[in-house]
Formats: sequence, structure tokens, C-alpha cells
Amino acid sequence: MMDFSFVIQQIVNGFSLGSMYALIAIGYTLVYGVLRLINFAHGDIMMVGAFLTFIFVGMLTNWTFTNITMPIFLTACGLSIFFTSLVGVMTYVVAYKPLLDKDAPKISLLITAIGISFFLESLFNVISNQFFGGNYQSFYFPKWFSQIIHIGNVTIPILTIIVPIMTLLLLGVVLFILYKTKVGIAIRALAFDIQTVKLMGANSNKIIAFVFALGSALAAIGGISYAMAYPSIDPYMGILVGLKAFAAAVVGGIGSVTGAVIGGFILGFVEVAIPGFFPELGGWKDAFAFILLIFVLLFKPTGIMGIDFERQRF
Amino acid sequence: MDAKKYFMLIAIISILFIGFLYISPKIFSDYTITVLGNIYIFIILAISYNLINGVTGQFSLEPNGFVAIGAYVTAILMLSPELKEQIYMLTEPLPLIRDVFVPNPFLALLISGFVAALVALTLAFPVFRVRGDYLAIVTLGFGFIIRIFLINTPSVSNGSMGLDSIPAFATYFWIGVVCLITVILVYNIVYSRYGRAMKSVRDDEDAALAMGVNTFNMKTIAFMTSAFFEGVGGGLLASSIGSISPDQFTFMLTFQLLIIIVLGGLGSMSGAIIGTILFLGGMEVLRPLDDNTWHFGPIHGIPGLRMVVFSILLLLIMLFARRGLLGDKEIWDYIKLRRRING
Repeated sequence: MMDFSFVIQQIVNGFSLGSMYALIAIGYTLVYGVLRLINFAHGDIMMVGAFLTFIFVGMLTNWTFTNITMPIFLTACGLSIFFTSLVGVMTYVVAYKPLLDKDAPKISLLITAIGISFFLESLFNVISNQFFGGNYQSFYFPKWFSQIIHIGNVTIPILTIIVPIMTLLLLGVVLFILYKTKVGIAIRALAFDIQTVKLMGANSNKIIAFVFALGSALAAIGGISYAMAYPSIDPYMGILVGLKAFAAAVVGGIGSVTGAVIGGFILGFVEVAIPGFFPELGGWKDAFAFILLIFVLLFKPTGIMGIDFERQRF
Repeated sequence: MDAKKYFMLIAIISILFIGFLYISPKIFSDYTITVLGNIYIFIILAISYNLINGVTGQFSLEPNGFVAIGAYVTAILMLSPELKEQIYMLTEPLPLIRDVFVPNPFLALLISGFVAALVALTLAFPVFRVRGDYLAIVTLGFGFIIRIFLINTPSVSNGSMGLDSIPAFATYFWIGVVCLITVILVYNIVYSRYGRAMKSVRDDEDAALAMGVNTFNMKTIAFMTSAFFEGVGGGLLASSIGSISPDQFTFMLTFQLLIIIVLGGLGSMSGAIIGTILFLGGMEVLRPLDDNTWHFGPIHGIPGLRMVVFSILLLLIMLFARRGLLGDKEIWDYIKLRRRING
């Protein structure tokens, strides 16, 4: 049954899954470009985004989770994106900045990153168990998103079209911020040489905080789309997705925003296409990202966009 | 310290410790003995994890993967072919897996260690070719891959059912003996020519290269040694629990070991040992926090609260006492220093 419509279906699904990875990968690549730090907590920031949306939807519907209208859902999303970027900035201020100020070795930063990641997971684990009874929660959203469009034999939920379009728009916004605004110039300068930027009198802390806020906001959007695609959330959902998104960022060329989006799409296609065409490999789906990562490290460590770290970033 | 004195010291410590292993079951309760046995296994894991993370300074998150490999290899080697026919319920075991049978526990542990070290070699090759923190992400992903592999190949690992009725050779006494041997071996590695080369990689990789240290080889050797002892520890764990399943070896295990070595001081062997004792002791003391029925004034236990406390502890250590309890020194370095000041 390898007909044309099946292929189209797989492509659309790949795009949709890939854009979620892309949204999260942008945050990894931005932070890595500026601080050379793998922000292990980034996957959990995505989980926080999804969880806060769930909580705000509950608050706005008096914990009934019924009759969710579009305005209510969008308000919840907006609030969640705002608070998630606040959480992202907090992780920087509380966990990374004190160590950077002390000129601590890199390994300390990575350990605090793991610590923050585990803290967020276990915190939301406790919240989820205490107030909502159990780890797994179903994610509620307006029915409008799950409408299905028929084009020939291809059936596409509206969500799978909206997410890639939104991702490309957001990529445009991020590129605009990086290349056309003053703060973008500052970010690129920081990525180039953090010491010199400080000497020039720029407030590097504010700029790094902005990078964390931007990355976390995108991760929150990615988290919300992920939660809508698999309508269930749990406190540990961010680990695996975050790791895969990091693999995507490395495949695309870490440090490059466009590379992160390309890497995300490639990973999405691989994860959809291989089980699609070889169903017996379905159980191995979660391993593809890391096998891809190891191959990239073996043959082209700079990734697709091929950024040389000593010369150029973004 | 000359060689003769050194051997005497090691012999005295060994005899004292083995004496303690003989006497302790007669003094302490069964519960204490179980906790102590667990502590010995975690000491093996912590000092070997410390070798790559603390001594060589390469941030890695591998223990759960290699512990899983060690546990499964030991289990497969020690189960007899007839028993395996019964245990593998989902599919027939592969002929190789069914027929392999090593009844000698020490040989089985050694083979487990070597298999883990071999897997470490294949991981080290792509990772150490590039500089940067890729080791952390690849090893973290490796833990997931091992889990996916164990679940999806029922003919090798019996899938998510896991393996049970593993021979219980790892009694309290033998766990203690293996722990003692591991401590002595790792100590000799850390304070040898290789150990100094590993520390030079940690402190300044460029300078180490300039001094003629083959940094790629050193990182690979440290990583493989870690993997070897983690495999051995995994084998002991499998035998002392008696049954294993893929869900036992999650990232939680790695996280606990990370807290232990950070608490004791990265790069310090005695720190890792003290960290293990404090952490596992603390886990037992804080157990009520996970219990719904326990309460202390307005605070009451919530399942999972213990891990919140431990992750905050890890953050606080990193932010305010980055060197941990002992820094990268050993406990006897402090004693010597004290003596020098006093005398």
C-alpha cells in the first residue's frame, strides 16, 4: 500500500513532528552559541510550558476542563508562555549566573544544569501527584484544532498544518531579532566574544537573560504543540524530547538557528518515515535521534550548517 | 611512602575490613546489613563514575547504561540453559544466548565488565574525536538506547519482562570483598602515571597535549575503566536483587551517583566513599518524606518529595560549596596537612 497519498501523509506528519523538535532546538542552539553550555534543563522548560498551560486552562474553566473556547485557550497559552520564559530566566539567574560570575569550570555548570532539570521534574511530579492525582494528565484543548481536512485520500488534522507554519513564522521572527535589531547584534557579539562585549560597556547579563527568555518562550510553544499532538502530559516528558531536540540541533550544526530548524525537520522525517515504511522498526523510534547524532559526530562534527566555532556564530 | 610500607598498609586495611565483613552480620540487624551491602555496591559505582567525571574531568552521564549491561550479561551468563528455556516467555532465546553458561561468579563478573568496557570503546571513538560536551549528551542518549534495546529484543533480554531467579552469589561478604578489590585497583590507577595524565587532561587539555600526553587515549582509557567497574557493579546488583528489568536502570541511578560524587568532592576517592555513605544514609533517614501518612506540623509527606529535596541539595552544593566535602584531595591529605602544621 505504498501509494502516493501514503507518502504525502508521512511527509505532512514528518513536518509536524519536526517543527516541534525545531522549536525546542532553537533554544538549545541560542544558549549554546552564547554560553557554550548544553542547557540540560531546556527539555524540562518545554514540559513546564505544557504543564502551565494545562493548569491555566483548568483555572480559567474552574477545573472542569469542559467548554474550552478559543479565547480561553489562547489566554492560557499566552500566560503559560510568559511564565515559562520567566522560569527560563530564573534558571539563568539562580543556577548559571553565580557560577559564571565565579568563573567556575564548565563541569560545574553542566552539573547545575542537570540539577535544575531534575528539580523541575520532581517538583512537577509532586504537584501533579498532589493536586491532580497521578503522573499522567490528559491535555485539553478546543475541538477546533482536531478538525480533519480531506485532500484526496490524505486526511490531515488542522493541527499538523498549523504547527509547521507557525514554526516557520517564528523562525522568521527569531532571524529578524538576531539580524535586524539592536539586541540581536548584541547577542551575536556575545556569541563571538563575551569578554570584549563586557569591555564595551554592554550589559551582558540582560542580553543573556533575554536569550533564555526567548528560548524558553519557543520551548513553551513547542511543548504546547507537543501536548496537543499527543494529548497527554507528564512531568518526565521533557527529558526524551529535549535530548532529541539537542541531537537535532547538533545535526543541523549547533550554534546556527536555521541549522536547528533544518535538523529538527530531518529528525521529524526520520522518526515518521522509518516506522512508516518499516513497521517492524517501530519500537526503535526513540533510538534514531542518538544514532543520527553519533553518525554526525563521526563524519561531520560541525553539522549541516557547518559552523566553525572559532569564527562565526548564528 | 616506599613500596614495602605501602603493601603493608594495604594488607592491614584489607585484613581489618574483611574482619569487619565477618563480624558485622553477627552484630547488626538484617536491615542494617542490607543497607550496608547496598552501600558497598554504590561505592563501586561511585568511585568508578568519579574516575571519568572527577579525575579526568569529562562530564559523562553513563552509569545507568553500563550498570544495565553488566546486570544483564551476568544474569545471562549465570542462568543455566534449562532455566532460560523456562524464563524466556515472549520468544525463544537466541541459541547463543541460551547455550552460554558460566557458573563461576567471578568469571561472569569479569566478562560483564569486559563487555561494558568494549561498548564504552565504541562510544568513546566518535565522542572523543570532537571537543566539547558531547560525551554528556551521547551517554545520556546511550542510557535510553540500552533501555529501548532491552525492551525490543525479547530473544536476548526477555523484553520488558526482565530476567529473574538469578543465582544469589552476591552475599554481603562477597559484595564487600569485590568492593575492597575495586577500591584498591582504582586507587592504584588514580595515583599512577595514568592517573596523573588523566588529571592533567582535566586541568588543562592543551597543556597536557603539549607535554606529550595522548589526551584521546587517556580519556578513552578512563571511560573504559569506569565502564568496566560499572559493569561489575551491575552484575553484583543483579545477583543481590535476584531479578532485573529494563525499568530498574533509569536516569535516576545516574543522578544519585552524580549527587554522591559531587557531595564528596569531584576527583576525591575518599570523598566518593564518604558521599555514598552520607547519601544512602540520608535516603534512609528522609524516607518518611515520600510517605503520605507521615507529617511534621504542617508539613506532610508526598510521594516524590525526597527527590525534590535531593535536587535542591545538589544545586546548593554546586552554588555555595562547589568543591564538595573534600575537594579533589583525599582525606589523608588533610590529616597529613594537620600533622605538618602541628609538628
